[in-house]
Amino acid sequence: MSVFSEVPQAAPVAVFKLSQDFSNDQFPQKVNLGVGAYRTDEGQPWVLPVVKKVEKIIVHDDRLNHEYLPILGLPEFRSSASKIALGDDSPAIQEDRVGAVQCLGGTGALKMGAEFLRRFYNGNNNTKTPVYVSAPTWENHNAVFANAGFDDVRPYKYWDAENRGLDLAGFLGDLESCPEHSIFVLHACAHNPTGTDPTQEQWMQIADIMMRRKLFVFFDSAYQGFASGSLEKDAWAVRYFVSMGFEMFCAQSFSKNFGLYNERVGNLTIVAQDADNLKRILSQMEKIVRTTWSNPPSQGARIVAITLNSPELFSEWKDNVKTMADRVLLMRAQLKAKLQALGTPGTWDHITEQIGMFSFTGLNSKQVEYMVKEKHIYLMASGRINMCGLTTKNIDYVAESIHETVTMVQ
Amino acid sequence: MSSWWGGVQMGPPDPILGVTEAFKRDTNPKKMNLGVGAYRDDQGKPFVLSCVRKAEAIITSKQLDKEYLPIGGLGEFSKACAELALGADSEVLKSGRNITVQTISGTGSLRIGANFLSRFHGGPLDVYLPKPSWGNHTPIFRDAGMQLKAYRYYDPSTCGFDFKGALDDISKIPEQSVIMLHACAHNPTGVDPRPEQWKEISDIVKKRNLLVFFDMAYQGFASGDIDRDAWAVRYFIEQGHNIVLSQSFAKNMGLYGERVGGFTVVCNDAEEAKRVESQLKILIRPIYSNPPMNGARIAATILNTPDLRSIWLGEVHGMANRIIKMREQLVAGLKKEGSSHNWQHVIDQIGMFCFTGLKPEQVERLTKEFSVYMTKDGRISMAGVTSGNVGYLAQGIHAVTK
Repeated sequence: MSVFSEVPQAAPVAVFKLSQDFSNDQFPQKVNLGVGAYRTDEGQPWVLPVVKKVEKIIVHDDRLNHEYLPILGLPEFRSSASKIALGDDSPAIQEDRVGAVQCLGGTGALKMGAEFLRRFYNGNNNTKTPVYVSAPTWENHNAVFANAGFDDVRPYKYWDAENRGLDLAGFLGDLESCPEHSIFVLHACAHNPTGTDPTQEQWMQIADIMMRRKLFVFFDSAYQGFASGSLEKDAWAVRYFVSMGFEMFCAQSFSKNFGLYNERVGNLTIVAQDADNLKRILSQMEKIVRTTWSNPPSQGARIVAITLNSPELFSEWKDNVKTMADRVLLMRAQLKAKLQALGTPGTWDHITEQIGMFSFTGLNSKQVEYMVKEKHIYLMASGRINMCGLTTKNIDYVAESIHETVTMVQ
Repeated sequence: MSSWWGGVQMGPPDPILGVTEAFKRDTNPKKMNLGVGAYRDDQGKPFVLSCVRKAEAIITSKQLDKEYLPIGGLGEFSKACAELALGADSEVLKSGRNITVQTISGTGSLRIGANFLSRFHGGPLDVYLPKPSWGNHTPIFRDAGMQLKAYRYYDPSTCGFDFKGALDDISKIPEQSVIMLHACAHNPTGVDPRPEQWKEISDIVKKRNLLVFFDMAYQGFASGDIDRDAWAVRYFIEQGHNIVLSQSFAKNMGLYGERVGGFTVVCNDAEEAKRVESQLKILIRPIYSNPPMNGARIAATILNTPDLRSIWLGEVHGMANRIIKMREQLVAGLKKEGSSHNWQHVIDQIGMFCFTGLKPEQVERLTKEFSVYMTKDGRISMAGVTSGNVGYLAQGIHAVTK
């Protein structure tokens, strides 16, 4: 008799199942527009040239070893990563009220922030505080907060399917009507999965309400630099909120902008009211880290720290990031142009108006099914495509397939 | 303006890491850090294994990409990890009835295990730890929602194993509870059961129908022989226990900061293993999505490349031997100082740690007067002892115990 005989089979995580199906497909012209990782125009993963350079430096440095990092991570990583988000000249940093926890990727940073909030936010041990995530959002947001112990994870209005844009009125309405002190997970830029970001004026409206209604700001920043090609531009919203004086968290991922996906490089940046608050927060973060992973992995953080702290390498990195962002912009422009040239029914402006790695095409689930089954083009059931999966070699096939799908399937 | 965090208290400093902090501040040139369990060579320096450096060179030359690993980690690592623990000829591996996932070293493995049990264990959510156990076991299981209980283990009067006490306590544990066993090199005491004692423990655990959770953080590091150190784990499986197992490669491969570990569930059959695997993935995804590549790649390369594996086995043997030698030299040194106490336990205990038997006041004096840093429970990390400082340590211990 097994203690585990009643364990049910869990459904596979959708995005990984999609990749699996793609792998198994024998069709020669298959295209993977599923999982969010950058691809070159040859459809290959890309290890950033600056990363290769830094890895060589590390391998040849005999002074380096594999000793434990401190619980909160590599200090030079944490501080330089926070500077990337907040800006070198950030007043909050100068006021000694910014700290950070090195985490296992963006997921790990969200997890640490969530665990801390569940223990210490809004009356201590308050699992009843509503956590709002955008509708739609990255599918793992729900699980991260639910698993951290929050009972009430809810959607806030975000995507207007009919107009294929931001449902600002809905969003602001939810901000006005939600319980005070609710936690909001905001996408810093390049919203996943819609690619639709608020404008600066819209962010200011959002910030106003959040300040007035005492809502907690939790930014998820997974694409800084990747969205527009400019680190500063992509960090505008985060920096604006900091300038407004919020006590807030920002979960940063270096998976995409450094191409360090499998090294799990993340940073939870904490903006506190003052140095004393910060000290106490970090001491409690240590306790949470200690029972989850004890201390974080060193390789990826070293690569990022060395890069960010060297002027030449930093410059080279920014170029590498711009290369990726520019290729995505090119694919957006070309896809839209081809669909328009084909006379594909519907409007396709959203392809170039949306930003970052993803595009919400507007294809419905039947159309998605057709794309996958008949055309061997793999995308998420939501209609989300990864622009990085497009290349100059497959873009015609994809455009023609979308055209066929939209015409044949309603 | 009021803050959200006004009520957040300053967290207490970690007792083990706090020792290192204090050590760093001390200016005494003879100071010794016998706190945290990281191996040091005979010069007191961190030791990067040569098989690790060789593996890194091979990996660099392959120019691999950095794509996400699967949630359960690097397949060639998990497979090699399971084989190392269970033995290549294990019936469990042949029938595919284990699921082994890559984890964030030992801590991450224990945490995933605790979360899994908390969610799926049909029996009482009570974990019985040996008294004493690694300090972090308690908060890990507690945070995962389990209750902590204890069974007698260490006998302070002999500085050895309280075999009768352990059997007595275990015989009273409610059925289907979870019992934590340290596979080898018990942390913090260094006291391991002998094989005949393990056999009796297995019998009583079977009688009580307990779920066995093995923590194996020192395979190879204890005796110098990886098969010998895994004996208890393999024996229990042979006896029919479907165990869960945490492994760490922090110490035995010196991969501390790369966070390399594994978590294994031994199931009834391959079908059950598939179901368990799917649920482990559901647990892992909202914590960190998928594990880090670097350390697992190094470990897999070493385990799966015969030359490197050979070198590794030699180096683990070397580390274990140095520890054993330091134990012997410490006891010899104490005899030379003229100590009348029985220090045999220093040699009988095994692995990185030694429970000296020193009382808190004696520990305090050792720290204040000799700048020897250790945890209050009298535990010393033998890895911090070298041929250069073992004489000084003997002097200090003798001074506070005579």
